[in-house]
Amino acid sequence: MKTEFDFLKSIAPEPGNLIKGLQLIQATEGYISEDGIRAAAEYFGRPEADVEGVVSFYAQFKRVKPGKFQISVCDGTACHLKGAPLVHEWLYQDLKLKPGETSPDGLFSLETVACLGCCSLAPVMSVNGRVYGKLERKTMMKILKEYADK
Amino acid sequence: MSKIVAIKIGLASCGIAAGGEAVLAELKKATDLPVIEVGCIGHCYAEPLVEACLDDGSSVIYGNVKATEKDIQNILSLAEEGRFEIPAARKAKELVKVLALAGKISPVDFDDYTANGGYEGLKKARMMKPEEVIEEIKLSGLRGRGGGGFPTGMKWGFLAAKPGFDKTVICNADEGDPGAFMDRSLMESVPHQVLEGMLIAAYATGASRLIIYCRAEYPMAIKHLKIAIEQINAHKINCFDDRTIEISIKEGAGAFVCGEETALIASLEGQRGMPRFRPPFPTDSGYQGKPTMINNVETFGNVPIILREGGKNFASVGSEGGRGTKLFALAGDLKYPGLVEVPMGTTLREIVFEIGGADPDHVKAVQTGGPSGGCIPVEMFDTPVDYDSLRSLGAIMGSGGMIVIGNDRCMVETARYFLDFTHRESCGKCTFCRVGTTRMFEILERIVAGKGCEADLDTLEDLGKKIKAGSLCGLGQTAPNPVLATLRYYRHEYLEHVNENKCRAMQCNALVDIYINKDNCVKCKMCLRSCPVNAISDDFVVDPAVCTRCNSCLDSCPKKTIIRVAKGEAK
Repeated sequence: MKTEFDFLKSIAPEPGNLIKGLQLIQATEGYISEDGIRAAAEYFGRPEADVEGVVSFYAQFKRVKPGKFQISVCDGTACHLKGAPLVHEWLYQDLKLKPGETSPDGLFSLETVACLGCCSLAPVMSVNGRVYGKLERKTMMKILKEYADK
Repeated sequence: MSKIVAIKIGLASCGIAAGGEAVLAELKKATDLPVIEVGCIGHCYAEPLVEACLDDGSSVIYGNVKATEKDIQNILSLAEEGRFEIPAARKAKELVKVLALAGKISPVDFDDYTANGGYEGLKKARMMKPEEVIEEIKLSGLRGRGGGGFPTGMKWGFLAAKPGFDKTVICNADEGDPGAFMDRSLMESVPHQVLEGMLIAAYATGASRLIIYCRAEYPMAIKHLKIAIEQINAHKINCFDDRTIEISIKEGAGAFVCGEETALIASLEGQRGMPRFRPPFPTDSGYQGKPTMINNVETFGNVPIILREGGKNFASVGSEGGRGTKLFALAGDLKYPGLVEVPMGTTLREIVFEIGGADPDHVKAVQTGGPSGGCIPVEMFDTPVDYDSLRSLGAIMGSGGMIVIGNDRCMVETARYFLDFTHRESCGKCTFCRVGTTRMFEILERIVAGKGCEADLDTLEDLGKKIKAGSLCGLGQTAPNPVLATLRYYRHEYLEHVNENKCRAMQCNALVDIYINKDNCVKCKMCLRSCPVNAISDDFVVDPAVCTRCNSCLDSCPKKTIIRVAKGEAK
């Protein structure tokens, strides 16, 4: 196992901890790389194909390197009714971003999530975990511009 | 004149999303009074909420507080301006038991919880024999709050009947239904109450391991639970006479199907979260092959109350179809979205109109049970909400998500949306669910694009019935419900889409054009400026070939003279 994955040693190498281990890898790397798959397979004593199977099953795990700022647009029921498709449309028009993609400058990546649990503030998005509600086109672009200028 | 002795600020996820953290910072700057961060009192529409506690024991609540000097001074001077009153209709209908302490105490303050009756239920339970505790739960009539509605006492009995202490009790906190946030709110606001319920379950069933399976999208719930678990360990509340209970949290990784018991266990074991055939039931062979029992967050949240007030008293609230109170997450087209707690058997009319403040002339239906449930048209709103009544209408109560659907929403699009969710979340094990839901989704995509035909409706119904019959777990068995329910009550909307290329709600983009009514137009050109694709000409005509129907111009128009009209009618 490559030394850069030594942080895995903070949890016991039992098979049941695989998901926790993958979450650690993603928290450190930002995504699950080929090396990450290999490291997890070795550490938890599971075939690489098995690990890849688990990674592909869960929506949380990403195999593509994300942008500096991760935009998650909620498409829960309330947000959908209140305009989540429009939010996607705006993001596509202004940033040329589609769900699952990272912008060429590596600044933003976009994903759709099922529900952020803030339905009463629909439509909602989160940027690096911080939730913004009652989105309108202008306010949203202002928020994203502030991130881009950081 | 009363004096303020402490200030409470609601900082659950919804409070933070509404800007509560900035208010907290300003409050701390402006005053030396103790500022206590509490959970959610359920009135999400008025967040951020700040409560000024007075020396006479009463309090004044301020709603929609902004981090401005004016708002902060209003609070500190107890001004009339900005005060928040719970709407009278809601006060009359609500019965707050499970949420009694939510938003009242600090979620991470152990002493605050015990000072308000916390852990008395566990103390009481430990003075009883385990089988007496289970008897009490049976007496209460409590049924699983996750949606299944299985009698909780009976489930506990199954696990208790297994010999030894090598047993696991799991709390299912993988609240994956879009539109539901009851469990999040409970865990964020009163984590100790959920854990107390779990400890009582461990005592009664002879388990020695407690696991909370919580979705990773709830970081604050996980944080609060972790703090609470440390406090429990420090106070040794988890040490019973004959064993010490080990409590842990496992984070889910985003798979809706993991709400199903056997899939959840597979996920805990580090596998793909796919359900398996039952029997063996988890109480026979569950986590790591050992007897295991799974209850939902809200179910556990009810348990300390049952022990405190007795099963019989608990059962005095509610209806035949369900005992006690139920939490509902209200969202969608209504005035007061938020979290409410009402006795089982309260009618939809009371919840949606009286508590939620929805406009009766504007509501078309309500969707209960999320993507597993169905829509219930406004004509049937006198139905009491409990486990059995809603099932007879083709919907389910589910875990408690309630989305109010207004007149300007298209039911076909709503059904398409739910199938989009379920077809992606299908784990792929059963052919009917994997392929069937995808085919249903494709047909619905075709219909909202104006390319459907009448035969599609029969295909949808046929597929729906077969998917329900041919799927192993709850996901597949309920996935067609939103389509079947809309076909049952809103077939006319489907027929309009396929026969007349018409969407009466003007929602389906392929069947709609944008029209600028020049009679009221003040030629301010806001629409021209807001249009991202330059589809509007200088004489205010929208080119339908260029327009993406993004609604930017509708929002920008100060005279609200731009509307969506049926395709080809923008003349």
